[in-house]
This record gives sequence, C-alpha cells and structure tokens, in this order.
Amino acid sequence: MTAASSTQTEVPLKRRLRRAERTRQLKALALVLPLLVFLLFTFAGPIAGMLWRAIDDREVRQVLPQTIAALADWDGKDLPDEKAYAALASDIQAARTSGTLAIAAKRLNYALNGFRTILTGTSRNLKAMPEAGTAKETLVKINAAWRERSTWTTIKDAGGPVTGFYLLAALDLTRNADSAIVAAPPDQAIYREVFTRTFLISLSVTALCLILGFPVAYLLATLPPARSNLLMIFVLLPFWTSLLVRTCAWIVLLQSKGVVNDSLHWLGIIDEPLRLIYNRFGVCVAMTHVLLPFMILPLYSSMKAISPAYMRAAASLGAPPVTAFLRIYLPQTLPGIGAGSLLVFILALGYYITPALVGGAADQMISYFIALYTTETANWGLASALGAVLLLATILLALVYGKLVQGQQVTGGMKN
Amino acid sequence: MEAGMVTPAPALVRFSGIQKTYDGEHLVVKNLDLDIRKGEFITLLGPSGSGKTTSLMMLAGFEVPTHGEIYLGDRPIKNMPPHKRDIGMVFQNYALFPHLTIAENIAFPLSVRNTSKAEAQERVNAALRMIKMEAMAHRRPGQLSGGQQQRVALARALVFNPQLVLMDEPLGALDKRLREQMQLEIKQLHERMGITIVYVTHDQSEALTMSDRIAVFNDGIVQQIDRPDALYEHPANSFVAHFIGENNVLAGTVEAVDKDYCRVALAGGGTVTARAVNISGAGASTSLSVRPERIAIVPDGSSGDGANRLPARVQNTIYLGDHALAVLDVAGNGEFMVKLQPGAHDSLGHGENVFITFRPEDCLALDPV
Repeated sequence: MTAASSTQTEVPLKRRLRRAERTRQLKALALVLPLLVFLLFTFAGPIAGMLWRAIDDREVRQVLPQTIAALADWDGKDLPDEKAYAALASDIQAARTSGTLAIAAKRLNYALNGFRTILTGTSRNLKAMPEAGTAKETLVKINAAWRERSTWTTIKDAGGPVTGFYLLAALDLTRNADSAIVAAPPDQAIYREVFTRTFLISLSVTALCLILGFPVAYLLATLPPARSNLLMIFVLLPFWTSLLVRTCAWIVLLQSKGVVNDSLHWLGIIDEPLRLIYNRFGVCVAMTHVLLPFMILPLYSSMKAISPAYMRAAASLGAPPVTAFLRIYLPQTLPGIGAGSLLVFILALGYYITPALVGGAADQMISYFIALYTTETANWGLASALGAVLLLATILLALVYGKLVQGQQVTGGMKN
Repeated sequence: MEAGMVTPAPALVRFSGIQKTYDGEHLVVKNLDLDIRKGEFITLLGPSGSGKTTSLMMLAGFEVPTHGEIYLGDRPIKNMPPHKRDIGMVFQNYALFPHLTIAENIAFPLSVRNTSKAEAQERVNAALRMIKMEAMAHRRPGQLSGGQQQRVALARALVFNPQLVLMDEPLGALDKRLREQMQLEIKQLHERMGITIVYVTHDQSEALTMSDRIAVFNDGIVQQIDRPDALYEHPANSFVAHFIGENNVLAGTVEAVDKDYCRVALAGGGTVTARAVNISGAGASTSLSVRPERIAIVPDGSSGDGANRLPARVQNTIYLGDHALAVLDVAGNGEFMVKLQPGAHDSLGHGENVFITFRPEDCLALDPV
C-alpha cells in the first residue's frame, strides 16, 4: 500500500525536487556571476587572444594581397609564373604608397633572415610598374633573390590566415623550402633548451621547498596552538613583503661583497668570495624562499587533519616510529604533498623577475623570453606561441596530477 | 565473599607508587598501587579528570609516570617505548587508518612484526570471521558505520595476540542500543579468548555489566577496587556509594558505636541505626547511604522489628515503565528516592504524610560528604 503510493508520487516528487534545486542553483550562480564576468574579461579573454596570436598570420596577406592570391595555386616545385611577379610588383607599389611594407618585411624576416633587405631594396629600385610581361625580368634584375624558389615559398607560407610557424619555432622546428618540418638552424634553436631549463629549475625549487617545508609544516601541525600561531606568522611574513624587495635582499646577502661571503671570509672558511649569485644557485635560493609558503600551507592543512591518535595506534600495534611515519603518517600527507608541489611547480614555471635579477644569462627561464618578445622586439606571434606551449605543458601536468590523486582519495578526518 | 573463586591469578601488571603531574603543580594521579591479574577484565571507572585515562596512557606508554614504576610481567616498563610493550589498544574514536582497507588495517600489526604473508592472511581472515565482516574486507574505514569501525578496531587490537588489551572509552561514540550490544560482544570475546583487558569508562552501568573487577577513581586516587556486586553492596566511602548506582544521602552525627553498628542522630531530626563502615567514632559527622530499592513505604509509624522508621512527605512520583520512583522529603532531604513496584505509584498522593522503613544493615554510615 505504502509502496504503491510512493511509486505513484515519485515522478512529481522528482520534478518538485528539481524545481527546488533550480532556485538554489540560480542563487548560487547569481553569487558568482560578478566574478565570472570579471574573469571572462580579464583572464579568459586575454588568454584566448594570446592563443589566437600564436597561430594568427594575416600581416603579409594584408600587405601583399595580390601576390598571395597569385601564389594560391602555385605548386612550389619551380619558380612561380609571370603573373605572380606582376602581382608582387603591384603590391609593392601599393604598399610603398600606404607605408605598410615594413609590416610584411618584419614578418617575412622572421622566416628568412635578410628578407627585409630584399623587400625594401626591391621597393626602392622599383621606380614604376614594369611593362606587361617583363615583371619577372625587372625584379630579378633588381635582386637575384627573386630567382630563388625559397624566397617565394617563404611568401606563400606566410600567406596565412593561420600558421604553425610560431608554434614550430617555439619547439625549435621550421619548414624547409619543400614545406617539410625540419629542425631549425642551430643559431635559432634555443627554446627546447630554455624549456628544459625552466622545468629543471622549477623541479629543483619544488624539491627544495618540499625538503625544507615538510618539517616546518609538521612542527606547525603538532605544536600547541599559541606557539604554532606565532610560527605561522613567520611563515606568512614573506607574503607581506614585495617580491622585488625580497629578491633584492638576496642580492645584498649573496653578492661577492655581501653578508654571506663577508661572514664566511671573516670566519676563515673561505679565502676567495664564493660565487653565490647571478648563477643557478642564486636563482634556486631566491625562488625557494619566495615559494616556500605555498608548499608549507597545503602540507600544514593536510597534516592538521591527521589525528595524533593514528600514530599512537600504530605504536600500540607494534610499529617503531620510523615505520609508523612511513606507513601511516606519510601516506596521509600525500594529498598535501601533491597539492603543494603542483602549486609551487606551476608558479615556478612562470617566474620572471627573480631569475632576471639574480640569475645569469644561462639561468633565464621561458617567461624572460616571452617578455623579451612582447616588449622588446614586438614579436607577439612567437611570444604567444611560447606562452601557449608553456600553458599546454602545465595543463598536461595538472591533468596527470588529477589522475594520480583520483586513484587514492584519502579522507583527512578520523570519522566521516 | 571470595567463596567460589579460585586463588587469584598472579599479577600481570603492577602499578607501584605511580604519580603523574603535567604542570608540576597538580598531581593528576596521586599515588596509584594497582595489580591487574592475568585473564581478568578490569575497569578503571571514574568521572572525567579523575586520572583513569592518564593511568591507561602510562600503561600504554604514551605518558611517562613522574614517579613510581609499572611492571608488565616482571619487567619494569616505565622507559620502554609503546611499540615494544606488546599491548593492544582500542581508542575512543577507533583510530582506524583511513588510507588502508579493513583487511590492511587488521594486517598492520602482523606486517610490522614480519609475520609471513600466508600466516598473516589466515589470521586476518580469522579475525574478520570473528567480527562477522568478511564481506567488507576491502572497504575503507570511512565507508563503515560506527559500530562496524569499532569491531574492526577490536579485531586489529586482538589479531596479534597481545598479552594485554587496553580500551579507552571505546563505546562512547555509539548510541545506547548499539553500545549495549557491543558490551556483550566484548564480554563474550574476553571469556572466549581468555585475554586480559583494561577498560576505561565513566559509565558505571557499562562497568558493572562487563567487569570482573572495577577500580573506582576520583581525584587522582583509587577509591576502591572490588567486584561489581561488592562495590554496590559494600562501598568503602561516600564517593563510591554515590558514583555506583542510585543512592540516598542523609547527613547526621554519630551518637554511639556498638561493634559493627552505630546510632546516628539525623541533622533533619530523628535517629536511625546504621552499619558503621567509614566513621571515626562517636561525635563525628557522617553521611548515611541507603539504596532506593531497600526502602519500603508504610502508612503508620509503629515500630516493631528493630527496623529504622522515619516520617516522610510525598513530593512526587515518577513512572519509569518497569518500576516507579517516589520522591520524598525525609529529614530535610527533598530528593529522597524510594523504588516502588509497578502499580504502586497510583496509591500515593502528593503531599501525603507517610513513613519509610529500612533495615539497619541496608543503611551505611560513611564519611561525611
């Protein structure tokens, strides 16, 4: 009787539940909406724009539209026909008038060193539009490069509207005259090394933070509240000082006439000042100092949730302290270790100011080059491509981490 | 009193002159001498702050005595780390390792002792059978109910056959019905396996249900150690009389002592004969203790058989199902309880003047409260 009536009312009940839930969800949405809109404009938008710039390639197409159109069905095996030469001559004439030739020259110069000279020289010597049928002859006379197939493939490749050119360059790859992907020439192939260096420095800093932070977090989690609060203030103290000030403090400490070297010299431990800064050591020390709280706080929160009763239980069951720590305590801190390491590693990947100030030329991380191309050389395409590669690598890491923790969900509290 | 009991087994644990202080000013345990016999179920009973849990923690090795020595077998263990003591322990909140399955939790004490895989597997299976949870071997503690977690904690503390098992208020977090069921299960386990159990609780009915002997703690001192029935029938002092079971207190002064009995003049008027248990002599003030079920209500004050008789006024009656209580005003005590048979509570009117009667041997003259 009751069973029958409950199945009868089940459907309307579910619908009523959903309706009740919907109001609640709408309220929740209304609460996060302002932040969502803010993030859309300040975070998601710019990132999408940056990712787009990594493949956007419309500069040459805008300046040399007829040439790109003429090259559209060129197979690239021999030199293009007379029609393409005439289109180029016409485009150059038009660009000179509108003063946009430099935009195309800059983009083509990225792909083929010296292209700027070819284009500006041609423009300068091309007084008037050549007679019909003589465009090829005229251009080749002005600059022999117009007889090279690679000159024309460069223009065709840069024709857009989208390109893999910047992304390939970010991975030390390029396309040869036959459009095959090959390794970039050694003088341009630096990014793989920079990426490797960025990951190595980040890994070292993460490992250092873990080694230094774990005992502190343990102390924080086990001390009586009054003393652990005081210690927590010391842990958080770096957050209250500007990053720049802290980094400069390290310069003062570590330079060859700095506090550390002077003290060691005074103690008679060293005769010559040690080289502590403007190298990898200085970068790792300064970055570890800055990032340490990001490791300690997640560790602390995971350790705080571990009741001391677990260690007592392990001891009463016959486990010596080291065994109890390795088999009972450590596994329960794994979520904290994972969260802290991921946080520090990802933050370290994007570090820019600290390596720039306390590192040498061989210690610059990928962000330095991104900044360089954004502000100095205005090669936004390459800057965006480097950023996109970094973003992709970071997302991959975060996904791997997510998979790893999903496998071993650990509950922090004793009862649940 | 000891009839029917064989010679007591030798002491497995001996607390000798144990003192413990945390702050260097107050002794939490004042002077503990306690023998725990092999195979017995002993309960440390007392209100919170009485030193019972501290005593248990010193036995487990998590606290170090400030003074005195603890012997396990013949070996002093004051400075032995907990993991070498071979003592199983069940904690208040179970302390099951949340990252391990039920089977892994139970196997933990075996694996740290390097028991062979096959033997460990066999003993874990036997333990799971014992607590009837074979089907849940691969669940995590978080997926179990409180009662199930308690059973696993029990199995984990027993699986390595420790010479002693300590239990620190293990049933405190369970509801009443489950708690009573677990009390019986633990009692049965104790009888079947012949292990020695030291049990800490503040619940006197739990202690009475399960224990062979109970040590009543108060204020850092063991007030009395005895069998449950002896504690109830022959409390050594007012604290024990009051802490174990229901109790009526009447204040008075000792007039005369005659061997085992004494005459006591009540502060609220009247004189009764009581058993002299814990008084210093004639002229001393005393607290009389009478159990509610040892008192009868009679309509008139005519005395006959030497029993004590006191006038009383009915304040209230309380119906409790299997019995009823009459709340009386007797000699200035307005909360004097008398147990009534079912049905008897209807016959008493509020404000009615009656008489109560109780035998001198059921009235104990104890130290003044």
